[in-house]
Amino acid sequence: MKSPPFEYARAASIEQACELLSQHGDAAKIIAGGQSLVPMMAFRLLRPSWLIDINEIAALKSVALETDAVRMGACTRQCVVSRDEALAARVPLLRQALAFVGHTQTRNRGTIGGSLVHADPSAELPLVAQILEARLALRAKSGTRTLPASAFFAGPMMTNVHADECLEEIHWPVWRERKTGSAFTEISRRHGDFAIAAAAAQIAVDDDGHCTRVTFGVGGAARTPIAFPELAQSLVGQRMDQAKARAVAQEAAAALEPDSDIHASIAYRRHLAGVLVTRALQQAYDAARSVQ
Amino acid sequence: MSEALYSIVVDINGTRHVSHVTARTSLVDWLREHLHLTGTHIGCEHGICGACSVMLDGEPVRSCLMYAVQADGHRITTVEGLQRPDGSLSVLQDSFCETHALQCGYCTPGMLIAAQALLDATPRPTEAEIRDAIGGNLCRCTGYQQIVDAIALAARRMAEGAT
Repeated sequence: MKSPPFEYARAASIEQACELLSQHGDAAKIIAGGQSLVPMMAFRLLRPSWLIDINEIAALKSVALETDAVRMGACTRQCVVSRDEALAARVPLLRQALAFVGHTQTRNRGTIGGSLVHADPSAELPLVAQILEARLALRAKSGTRTLPASAFFAGPMMTNVHADECLEEIHWPVWRERKTGSAFTEISRRHGDFAIAAAAAQIAVDDDGHCTRVTFGVGGAARTPIAFPELAQSLVGQRMDQAKARAVAQEAAAALEPDSDIHASIAYRRHLAGVLVTRALQQAYDAARSVQ
Repeated sequence: MSEALYSIVVDINGTRHVSHVTARTSLVDWLREHLHLTGTHIGCEHGICGACSVMLDGEPVRSCLMYAVQADGHRITTVEGLQRPDGSLSVLQDSFCETHALQCGYCTPGMLIAAQALLDATPRPTEAEIRDAIGGNLCRCTGYQQIVDAIALAARRMAEGAT
């Protein structure tokens, strides 16, 4: 249970981190909070020759609240995001999702960017990124590029980040509709564990209760977290009720191809996805309607 | 293969420690094997059990999920740092004795760190907040109830100004 040997470099800046990545390529891994990477090294599932530590780069921990987006440094700690009232007012799903992520000790160290690049298909933050269409800014020595979440996640524990790239910043879209509500819900064996299945939704409504904008998705039931933009669009212009929420949720669940494991069969995961999407849609809708 | 050594300076319980460590030395191994601060326990070594909890710059973290080299320049509080200056038990530690909040004692240092961090931030916690604060710490003896009682008792005693 001890990590294999490696060499360590504490990067003083993102430029230095990218320089080190360009030198060492595949042999190097970035370490942020380490809450997933260190266990994987302890289990010898990963044996990087180099760890490049980005924890001391202050620029990667800045959170900028802009009109249409929150720009968040990749190394922002999960606990910082949970506590930030102004951020919660703009992107409430982050705090709602983080309530299900790990425990105090892991959230104090774990980072938002680290959870995204780890890309566990049942993790909470990748699902939020997927349904909000977050944009992920990647940096390499040779330049920068930005990927939408849908192009970022490639499979279980896989992303389209190149070996010489470091996630620098996440852009979380802010919905400016006044009556916006969101919800995150999941089933896990114990609170703080990875979800057996999870669902999240965000809905904006007009003063008459008609949906004007809808997004929702499911985690833990496919190779990556999945958003359902066409089904979400079908709810626009409608008032939500339990029957409509359930019908859309059933259609989403039927489209999933979950795995079975020791915790849940395929059929049970699909069933959970339907139940959880129904709940998330209703809770998000009720929250949107209750905005004065 | 000989591994490179990295020079680190870490404040542990108010004392500055200078050391040389391999990169792969976990913070908890360094505390126990190099500094002989064996109050912090090693349980699962992969971030599940919480027995190795310490405070990093005042916030509880798992010392098995950090390398000692990463603590360079930071401040660590271990369970040894919770005692009063004269070496007697803190209000929280005494409350653990009072309510029989430990049996085998393996989880106790992690529980104490998690609970102290809670009380530092939230002096009058609700029962739900107490249970959430120790949610990342496994205990196989007590069933948790006496631990929750101990933390609630400590909060009451501190509020009453008991020293």
